[in-house]
Amino acid sequence: MTLHAELRVTRGTFTLELDLTIEAGEVVALLGPNGAGKTTALRALAGLDAGGRVRHNGSTWDGLPAERRPIGVVFQDYLLFAHMTALDNVAFGPRARGVRKADANVVAAQRLEQVGLAGFAKAKPRTLSGGQAQRVALARALATDPELLLLDEPLAALDASTRLRVRSELARHLRDYPGHTLLVTHDPLDAMVLADRLVILEHGRVVQQGTPKDVVRQPRTDYVANLVGLNFYRGLADDTTIRLDDGGTLTVAEPATGPVHVVFPPTAVSLFPDKPSGSPRNTWPATVAGIEQHAHTTRVELDGSPAVVADITTATVADLRLQPGTTLWVSLKATEIHTYPAG
Amino acid sequence: MTKPPAVLLLPALAGVAFLLVPLAGLLVRAPWADLPRQLLSAEVGEALRLSLITASLATIVCLLLGVPLAWLLARGDLPGRGILRALITVPLVLPPVVGGVALLLVLGRRGLVGQYLDEWFGVTLPFTTTGVVLAEAFVAMPFLVISVEGALRAADPRFEEAAATLGASRWLTFRRVTLPSVMPGVVAGTVLCWARALGEFGATITFAGNFPGRTTTMPLAVYLALETDPDAAIVLSIVLLLVSIAVLAGLRDRWISGPT
Repeated sequence: MTLHAELRVTRGTFTLELDLTIEAGEVVALLGPNGAGKTTALRALAGLDAGGRVRHNGSTWDGLPAERRPIGVVFQDYLLFAHMTALDNVAFGPRARGVRKADANVVAAQRLEQVGLAGFAKAKPRTLSGGQAQRVALARALATDPELLLLDEPLAALDASTRLRVRSELARHLRDYPGHTLLVTHDPLDAMVLADRLVILEHGRVVQQGTPKDVVRQPRTDYVANLVGLNFYRGLADDTTIRLDDGGTLTVAEPATGPVHVVFPPTAVSLFPDKPSGSPRNTWPATVAGIEQHAHTTRVELDGSPAVVADITTATVADLRLQPGTTLWVSLKATEIHTYPAG
Repeated sequence: MTKPPAVLLLPALAGVAFLLVPLAGLLVRAPWADLPRQLLSAEVGEALRLSLITASLATIVCLLLGVPLAWLLARGDLPGRGILRALITVPLVLPPVVGGVALLLVLGRRGLVGQYLDEWFGVTLPFTTTGVVLAEAFVAMPFLVISVEGALRAADPRFEEAAATLGASRWLTFRRVTLPSVMPGVVAGTVLCWARALGEFGATITFAGNFPGRTTTMPLAVYLALETDPDAAIVLSIVLLLVSIAVLAGLRDRWISGPT
């Protein structure tokens, strides 16, 4: 079942024109800089502002206010009701939709358990940590079994260390959720870890969309290139060795086990005409597939095992006499590679 | 802290004295020996009981009408909201006696509305206990509305949006989300409103008259007693003073410790 949305919002000189389709079970990330219209799009989809035409499963949501749309929203700062316990917060949605109090409490307790907060039912939001509050917000949004789950910068309010853990938890919950998910974020890493497809928005228009891999490999604008300037892979870790799903192995500094995401910036990649020797680096041969000139650097797309994107200086391009088809050696320091548990 | 200049310090101290010496005088002149008998006398008891009942009823009227009105002013999307707010706060600055005259003109037996109340329902409001309640509510309601409206404006409306995305109707959202979050403002407004109703004099004596047992509330009793029995007037005044201090104590978190 596909959800189709046509979002048309005009505010002053700003216009949002966004057509979205989201499959059941799919997570779409709406990625873009501040002021691109991401939050406007989310509010229109939610019915909090006018301009969101949505078709889903033979029905249209046009003109329906938020309270009549089958949605769940996780807000950036969660907006948990401060005077209610965590359980009452989660039970609020079912109660508002007419479920009896006892039944709503059962549903809410289950949802809290799913996010690992069974022991926090009686806790007031202000006593919860940022990560816990985020999980209560997710449980609350999912408690009504919404068709469409909207996440507005769900990790932005967390500090770096919490963020890592909450991100992989969120990825797991999103995989289990059968409905349609739209994630609004300005963080490319969140988008790549959590989403199946990226929709990149600039000045109220879609500038590019595709799988995280496609977008990283072929950014269509400078903005996108900078935004998603990351090499991104999925793989299986065994201590400091990671076997990548799409071929190739990498040696990393921090040991890990099981499925992981692997991320490193294109600037961490060095290119050499011959196999470099004598350093504990990841090296592998690769062929230049594309060269793209940006303002201060040149982005080189390389086929190999794994395929990789490198940002190098214009001088290096000249030194190496790079052109499509050139064969080179790729080198990458283990300490430049970040790995995250995949779930 | 720097030493304040004398040109500010002296008037400030004079101001403190000006505000506090009369209250101290009340305590100094109080007939302490006679106090228990006075307090338990029929007149004082009657006036006190009437005051507490009418002020409480007036406060309930203010809550029922004032909280929705405050919501409308803070959240409603109606044109001319600024003018409406200004009109509603008129009773705040209007001399209460003018309010009393206005009530009399509208709700009196020959009044614009009062004549029909009398004709159709046989209801007369002036010079009755109900009239006291109306006069007090008229004067006190702006206090409640202003206080609740301020709290509503300070409350983040995005919580109401969050409730809407969870399927809550606007009424449910108001009851379960908005109202609890502005409860401190509602409580403060209620206490202020009640205190104002309790001290009401001008509108009450104009609209409801001064009939012991029916419309003679504490402030009216003080005024009446001053002519005949000054000691009783002092005792009644002390009771009102104690009530005022209790109200202040109840609001200390909001007012004495300053904005939080």
